[in-house]
Amino acid sequence: MSRWLAALLLFASFAVEAHKPSDSYLHLKLEGARITGQWDIALRDLEQAIGLDANGDGEITWGEVRARHADIAAYALARLSVDGDARSCPLQVTGHEVDQHSDGAYEVLRFAAECETAPAAIEIGYRLFFDFDAQHKGLLNLEYQGRIQSLVFTPERSRQRFEPGELSAWRQFLSYGREGVWHIWIGYDHILFLLSLLLPAVLLWDERQWLPVARFGVAFLDVFKIVTSFTVAHSITLSLAALGVISLPSRLVESAIAASVVLAALNNLIPLVGGRRWVVAFFFGLVHGFGFASVLAELGLPRNALVLALVGFNLGVEAGQLTIVAAFLPLAYFLRAGWFYRRVVLFGGSIAIVTVAMIWLIERALNLKLISA
Amino acid sequence: MSRLHPLCFIVVFALLSGVARSAPYTPQSDDQVLERLPFKATASEGRELRQLRRALAEQPQNMDRALALARRYFDLASAEGDPRYVGYAEAAIRPWSNLTEPPLQVLVLRALLRQYRHEFDPALADLTRAAELDPGNAEVWSWRSAILLVQADYSGARAACDRLARVASALLASACSTAVDGLSGSSAQAYAELATALARRPDADPDLKLWIQTRLAEMALRQGKDELAERHFKAGLALGVSDGFILAAYADFLLDHERAAEVVPLLRDWERSDILLLRLALAEQAAKLPAAPAHVAMLKERFDASALRGDKLHQQEEARFHLYLQGDASGALRLAEENYRVQREPRDARILMEAALAAKQPQAARPALEWLRASHYEDPLYAGLAQRLTGGAR
Repeated sequence: MSRWLAALLLFASFAVEAHKPSDSYLHLKLEGARITGQWDIALRDLEQAIGLDANGDGEITWGEVRARHADIAAYALARLSVDGDARSCPLQVTGHEVDQHSDGAYEVLRFAAECETAPAAIEIGYRLFFDFDAQHKGLLNLEYQGRIQSLVFTPERSRQRFEPGELSAWRQFLSYGREGVWHIWIGYDHILFLLSLLLPAVLLWDERQWLPVARFGVAFLDVFKIVTSFTVAHSITLSLAALGVISLPSRLVESAIAASVVLAALNNLIPLVGGRRWVVAFFFGLVHGFGFASVLAELGLPRNALVLALVGFNLGVEAGQLTIVAAFLPLAYFLRAGWFYRRVVLFGGSIAIVTVAMIWLIERALNLKLISA
Repeated sequence: MSRLHPLCFIVVFALLSGVARSAPYTPQSDDQVLERLPFKATASEGRELRQLRRALAEQPQNMDRALALARRYFDLASAEGDPRYVGYAEAAIRPWSNLTEPPLQVLVLRALLRQYRHEFDPALADLTRAAELDPGNAEVWSWRSAILLVQADYSGARAACDRLARVASALLASACSTAVDGLSGSSAQAYAELATALARRPDADPDLKLWIQTRLAEMALRQGKDELAERHFKAGLALGVSDGFILAAYADFLLDHERAAEVVPLLRDWERSDILLLRLALAEQAAKLPAAPAHVAMLKERFDASALRGDKLHQQEEARFHLYLQGDASGALRLAEENYRVQREPRDARILMEAALAAKQPQAARPALEWLRASHYEDPLYAGLAQRLTGGAR
């Protein structure tokens, strides 16, 4: 067959692409002078580089990989360099596993690097497989102080410098504070819980009906008690969980949070704990604290500024919460006497909250996806 | 209202099921197979590849050896559909392709590798330079016409076919020119010419016959002759050559004719191809088969992986994925628009029009409508889409 026909037959815009080009996935976590790493390298590529299929049967078994662990580590680590402040941080293998990516099985190489001091600048040199694969890319995730930065290594960009730029204590504090504010604003379950408890604050349950409170001070005191007890409670559990004193399964926590929203809103429809909602706020606040802690765990806490970050995050949550309360209370007080507030806002709103939270509860408890929260 | 009830439920459900997630693990047994290679090291292909590699390793400065290995890799990339080989080929010719004036054979191969990665303009530049060095090179003209067709530059493609006609056989020259004519308003004549040419050559290579049957089917479709088209698809498939192109084209035909159930047995063993997996998932969804969600998840994982490395090779498929399997019309439109800036084959225009309709942004389909008008492309399905788009704009 002539080559030109090949052009038509094999034209790439329709070539049957079974795989993607070669990538490796490198994850580095900086903690002071110590760097831990996980490097996922395709077995296909290692076969091309050093040959893994010992018996030549076209299949790579765990036994064949295991027998070559030392060679794999030597080959790979010789092609990666980590320099802290222009001084080499020697790499040490800490373990081997395997994992499955979208295009096949990968060696998971775990390693650690010890720099002499916590580096102000890090330079990473990557040249795995570049000698025989011009399309190979090294995809690096660099994790430090709860942040992740992505870098891509190609044959053209095989050395990259990075400055973690030791965040000042104040900046770190602010950054965690911002995360706290952000989390309460996007954490609809926390907002709905708080709102459910606050909705009746401008009213009084008397003789089986809701009456408007006479003075702003009454409503304010009620709100103050609820918000304070919620805050105190979730600060306790947030701190305990963040410091690793207590840990609960996240599914249990998330489901319990959803349940707390259901109960808080139901209480507006069938009032059971009229004047003592601050007790409810405290009790369930303990649960919500665990929810905040899981967010903080995802962000990662800096070892050198643990308490600072914790306080910053917590204050951020309070600040976010207070802005919501500040927007809610005057409006609710203004509307409190009307039909609209009792029927639509309190009754309709609570029914809507119960419905949404019930769905969350079912989703979280059963691990389903019904709506997006 | 008892506070106990929901909490009981929570505890029970929390205990009932664990969370399953992919994570690094240590296999239980040494015999566990982790990966299957494209072919055995002992098989002839593997042996040949090893010999070529060893030959180059002995004389790393020998360009002919590097070219032989790189060619072999490129053929493998096309046959196996495995883009890793493109990277291998590029690395093999790197010492010469980095020169300011690469030699002819290196230029040609680099053009093929570049078009594989949809870098069409750099590929054309390489071919232009190669044609200056060797105007009588049939491969250069054939690739030039193929790339210009993808860019919808029909006059350029026709000119390349004319140059090809001077140096290649009459059959190949007419295959080239009918490919252009079939896309630019003369599919009836192109069909007749190609069908006659095929009838005259019963001895032709099965690969060539397959290619011609696929093209004849497409030309018949453009004339609205669906039954004739299906006869050509079936004749092509009956040749027994495994080819993703015809499978995808026939699967699209079946999907368009609401015969999704027939797609499933056709593509069941082609999960490894992104392009065919998309059609399989579309068919399974249309036929409401239980395998659909798993295949949709598999596709999502593949698109996510290529996004991570910054690849945009399958935006046409990704746009269809977003439109029909994720119900995300605006995301599909964004991908289809971006894709159409690079690739302008009929299929690329079609997904752009469909996404624009679904996203209720008919003006976004303008480049496709302009192409349809200027090229005189005939397919009634496309005319219908265009009508809905221009109707919607009014």
